[in-house]
Amino acid sequence: MDTLTATPTIEPGAKADRPVAVYCKGITKTYGSGQSAVRALRGVDVDVRTGELMMLVGPSGCGKTTLISIIAGVLDRDEGECTVLGKDFKVLGPSGTTQFRATNVGFVFQAFNLIPTLTLAENVAVPLLINRVRRADAIEQACEMLKKVGLGDRTKDIPTRLSGGQQQRVAISRALVHKPKLLVCDEPTSALDHVTGQKVMELLRSVAAGNDLSLVVVTHDARIFEFADRIAEMDDGRIVSMTTGKGHQHSSFDASHAK
Amino acid sequence: MIGIALKMLFRDKAKYFGIIMGVTLASLVITQQGAIFTGLMSRTFAVLTDMGGPDIWVMDPKVQFIDDVKPLQDTALYRARSVEGVAWASPLYKGMTRARMDDGQFQNCNIIGLEDSTLTGGPPRMVKGKVEDLRRADAVIVDRVGAETRLARKGPGGKPVPLDVGDVMELNDHRAVVVGISDNTRSFQSNPTIYTTYSRATTFVPRERKLLSFVVVKAVPGLDLHVLCDRLERETGMAAYTKEEFKWKTVMYFVQNTGIPINFGIAVGLGFIIGTVITGFMFYSFTVDNLRYFGTLKAMGASNNRLMGMIVVQSMVVATLGFGLGVGLAAAFGASAKNSPLAFRLPWQLLFISGSAVAIICTLSAMLSMRKVVTLEPAIVFKG
Ligand SMILES: Nc1ncnc2c1ncn2[C@@H]1O[C@H](COP(=O)(O)OP(=O)(O)OP(=O)(O)O)[C@@H](O)[C@H]1O
Ligand SMILES: [Mg+2]
Repeated sequence: MDTLTATPTIEPGAKADRPVAVYCKGITKTYGSGQSAVRALRGVDVDVRTGELMMLVGPSGCGKTTLISIIAGVLDRDEGECTVLGKDFKVLGPSGTTQFRATNVGFVFQAFNLIPTLTLAENVAVPLLINRVRRADAIEQACEMLKKVGLGDRTKDIPTRLSGGQQQRVAISRALVHKPKLLVCDEPTSALDHVTGQKVMELLRSVAAGNDLSLVVVTHDARIFEFADRIAEMDDGRIVSMTTGKGHQHSSFDASHAK
Repeated sequence: MIGIALKMLFRDKAKYFGIIMGVTLASLVITQQGAIFTGLMSRTFAVLTDMGGPDIWVMDPKVQFIDDVKPLQDTALYRARSVEGVAWASPLYKGMTRARMDDGQFQNCNIIGLEDSTLTGGPPRMVKGKVEDLRRADAVIVDRVGAETRLARKGPGGKPVPLDVGDVMELNDHRAVVVGISDNTRSFQSNPTIYTTYSRATTFVPRERKLLSFVVVKAVPGLDLHVLCDRLERETGMAAYTKEEFKWKTVMYFVQNTGIPINFGIAVGLGFIIGTVITGFMFYSFTVDNLRYFGTLKAMGASNNRLMGMIVVQSMVVATLGFGLGVGLAAAFGASAKNSPLAFRLPWQLLFISGSAVAIICTLSAMLSMRKVVTLEPAIVFKG
């Protein structure tokens, strides 16, 4: 049932009936200008449905990070249309976009980006503090969140004492603690071994399920493709194919995993 | 977020220590050097500090500072006394004499001659004896530090024995008997100070045509001193300054005519520059070290204003701690030097100056860091 086509196609996928969370049409992005200009995106059309886990795959330099940066509102597009949860960042403006990210977007990075001088609970509390939740409440919710990812007994530890997989679980807690509507993950498993990577994806899959959370996951790692609802393959600044993944099969797994 | 900012700062021990060091160093050097300078400058008018009674000093118009004595005609005293608003006016002799020591060496001393009848302008505090003892034959009062150091006698075994009441000195070939020891403010040249009566003082110094150094004046109660000064100048043709004015005139003379302010200015300037460089560098590198995390916060929706707020809080904390430490160390230094010849004076104005310098240093450092954070692209968070 998986199809790979040479021309850009939009496969409806298993969640085609759900509302659109991210809508992109004809997005272009060029870095620099003149001789040294790099055309990172050459017209990207893509949509992500509410509750869907979409993976972005493709060779190095094809524009994956650029695309999720634009979708997450940390980078401005040049041309094209892009709405996230019905909002256009060009209309929201810089401060509106910042506020939008604070309330609606969660981030997971390859290098975790946990603040090494803060405890796990403090790290996880950061998005809540950004949203002006009271400190005591923020820490309490952060500890709750850490409990859900199995790190409830390490809330006062600092990140560098943790293994890579544990650190990524903390980062996922931080990305989800303020209940965002969109989660963007850039190579979340690349720094991890296979088993740990699988566990992290299971975790991501389980938190996505049942929520109105859409996930966009950039990856090189073919072994985690199975967790995707759809897989968008990019090449040279374009989406060249869209494949339906087996992610929905993990739905049964979700229920058992959610604690 | 403020809590987060402080934890980021406090838990980065090495950087935190370095930044505090920079601020401490700057405020220590500025405060300490400034205090020594202030102390030295206040010694230039020690005579004025120690003379409590008179409000106004009348002198030759060409006098530039307290030690720049230009003798007046004896009649100056009567002219001053005749001015309306003068409660009383007394003559004051201020000059130098040479004390002959046991070993045949001479020691220069300041000599102050007080009006014979009233003894106006006597020492501020007596350690031994009374001011009135100056009425006895050949009587002089010597200041304690002078008596213990430069005028001390050689005792058995070469140990210095302080000059004491009852001892006899030789001043300009005249016999003088010590009748009291006074406690004086240290003077700039740190020569011993000898008090005696006006008429006796004139015998302790080489004969001159005119001997009256100053006329010291007390105003009638309630009269504005500046009004009286103007009146004295107009009616006598002499210069008249309030005590405060004369102190300033003296300090300004030293400031303008000696290399002292430049030397201290250089030390203070170096303290400021080195403090700025260390603090700025350490603070900036603290920010740059954390740039990845500032970028992460930015991506997660922290506005530039809030990130700047974090940096402001961090810099205010190091400013406060560094300033406190620096001033504390400077004050401890001052306290430990209390009984030494070192000049040290720490008025609130000086704290204000070093506080302002620290504020400038930390503001500059913070601005450098803020610029870095504000121009940071949140998209860098996805870069490896
Ligand atoms: N800030 C930038 N300035 C200039 N060129 C850039 C910048 N960021 C990315 N590029 C270029 O744009 C192109 C797309 O980069 P992007 O990071 O989106 O690729 P990617 O698919 O994420 O690659 P990888 O798998 O290696 O992470 C590349 O050629 C890259 O060199
Ligand atoms: Mg990338």
